[in-house]
Amino acid sequence: MSTAGVEVVGPSQGQGASGEEEPHGLAGLYRRGLDNVKSGNLGVLPIALGMVFIVVFFGFKATNFFTATNFVNIVIQMAGTAMLAYGVVFVLLLGEIDLSISYVAGIGALTVAELQLPGSGHQINGLIAMVCAVAICAVIGFAQGSIVARVGVPSFVVTLAGFMIWQGVILQRLEQPGSIIIQDRWINYTASYFFSHVAGWSIAAVITGVYGVTVAGGVLANRRAGVRVENIGLVLAKMLGVTAASFGTVAICNHAYVQGTPLGLPLAGVIVVFFLVVLTFLAKRTTFGRHVYAVGGNAEAARRAGISVPRIRILVFMISSSMAAIGGIILAANVNSVDLNFGGGTLLLNSIAAAVIGGVSLFGGRGEVRAGFLGALVIATVSNGLNTAGYATGIIYEVTGVILLLAVTLDTIARRLQVRSGR
Amino acid sequence: MNETPLLQLRGITKSFGSVQALTEVDFEVRSGEVMALVGDNGAGKSTLIKCVAGTHAADSGQILFEGSEVHIHGPKDAANLGIEVVYQDLALCDNLDVVQNMYLGRETHDRLQRLKEPIMEQRTAETLKSLAVTTISSVRQPVATLSGGQRQSVAVAKAVQWNSKLVILDEPTAALGVAQTEQVLELVRRLGHQGLAVVIISHNLHDVFETATRITVLRLGRNVGLFERDKTTQQEVVHAITAGAPTKVSGIPETAAAGATP
Repeated sequence: MSTAGVEVVGPSQGQGASGEEEPHGLAGLYRRGLDNVKSGNLGVLPIALGMVFIVVFFGFKATNFFTATNFVNIVIQMAGTAMLAYGVVFVLLLGEIDLSISYVAGIGALTVAELQLPGSGHQINGLIAMVCAVAICAVIGFAQGSIVARVGVPSFVVTLAGFMIWQGVILQRLEQPGSIIIQDRWINYTASYFFSHVAGWSIAAVITGVYGVTVAGGVLANRRAGVRVENIGLVLAKMLGVTAASFGTVAICNHAYVQGTPLGLPLAGVIVVFFLVVLTFLAKRTTFGRHVYAVGGNAEAARRAGISVPRIRILVFMISSSMAAIGGIILAANVNSVDLNFGGGTLLLNSIAAAVIGGVSLFGGRGEVRAGFLGALVIATVSNGLNTAGYATGIIYEVTGVILLLAVTLDTIARRLQVRSGR
Repeated sequence: MNETPLLQLRGITKSFGSVQALTEVDFEVRSGEVMALVGDNGAGKSTLIKCVAGTHAADSGQILFEGSEVHIHGPKDAANLGIEVVYQDLALCDNLDVVQNMYLGRETHDRLQRLKEPIMEQRTAETLKSLAVTTISSVRQPVATLSGGQRQSVAVAKAVQWNSKLVILDEPTAALGVAQTEQVLELVRRLGHQGLAVVIISHNLHDVFETATRITVLRLGRNVGLFERDKTTQQEVVHAITAGAPTKVSGIPETAAAGATP
């Protein structure tokens, strides 16, 4: 696209409403992909190749890695990070940062632990406890977001303060008992419930069906409006991919066993996919999502277009904190307890790294929700693989760091090529 | 030409602290004409425009739109009247595509806030077609990939899309090369032919004489001359910009009639 100038000619040569026709068939598909790679739009390609490499590498390196049971482990291990990373994606889309999420996750976990505590006098049902935890964290997000958006304090500082404050709250509450055991089955289910084989297949069928209907509806709507004719090959390939991924996942999970007991599709995995779908919809198909991208791209332009920039910022910080709460609950459920160190360690940095590895720009306006999913998957797989292969924790951190650096470097180089190719 | 001007400003005065930005400025623009607003730096062009756009509130004076007095308290009020401003920095989001920018803040959506992309895409293509903007090969390409002239075209198209009656362009050619400037000027002329009232702010008298039907000159916050393009010369306008004296006694707008400064 190196058009020399704006050519304004007679209306007879005007652009047709049908827009650009895309080439059809497999050849067109291949050419489009090649064009994308050339112009620096790498999409999920590097991550997909990286994942293949990681899986093959550990498949040979560790005997217990390439098993159905370990696959289920990875899904459960990535769930918490993925939830936090989803929130990070939205915050990064605005060009802001939220450093408080790991300890807000801790507040979420602490809240459910406190509310389910038998004999505490305020014991309530785990389901209600979880709703309360998310609500409390949403309020935290509202407060932090308001200070950023209305007062104008940089988000780095506000959430750094949050990081300290919420860590303090957790330490204060847990100093005496050291930890609170979570006994409520509903809460623990978020990390340890497995669907029966039949239920797993049904879920795969529902996901495939809903995706198919949505895509077909979109194609029909475009046809009706006379805009863009999609590449049918690409649409079919995507449908096939989603079908294979959902049924494949269920098939693997249904072959997993722990000490002779059959497992199945973990609820944690379904939660991850559920929020992937819902948040992608929110980001890509609603006015709110559009405004998030606009504020991240050019806040002044968004303001002039009549968008309430503070409102968008506050809502995004609420999403970030709420997702942190959900992630915290899953992480706590995974170990059936909340202890003094909850929210510490690598949780914060892994969540941000996940979003960035997945391709979200730190400067706002560019990235997708699926980045959180892909990044969390990569991080969980690497750390699981290194663990299974018997490496020390130090190595895991080093490798994760190198992957982060590689991902961002690759993206930067790709972007530079994109500028050079004149796009 | 005795029809009522679409927009008429009477005795607009605006000061920022001790700085008198505008003093008793009269200004008008009719539908179907391109009115140039020229003047040196600090002459008050932008301040005057911001009073119309709702960014600033005038200290005193009247704004008449379609013959009746209006009060513009914010950009929303201006937009509701059908006044759109294309600022120098365009206010486009680079990361969004052409359609998304055209509909920014006014997306077509259903009750569940779900975007209706096909409709927006179709209408964007139609708007660009009606303005004969043909160089944008796909309305789905991000604005970051467009040239300066293409961006300007998108910004102008965005402004006229909403049944606007008055489009104000702030230095639309300032950052463009020769060929792209020519294309944007052509676009400005076409807006006038389509019956819109157009105000173009420019430093470049060549551009002004290429597009405008009438020219208003501001100097030191005062209206120092209103010229008909066909009955004046660049020389005369330059003289007004650099040394013009106010043409009217305050409170008697009739004396600001078309014609040259003495």
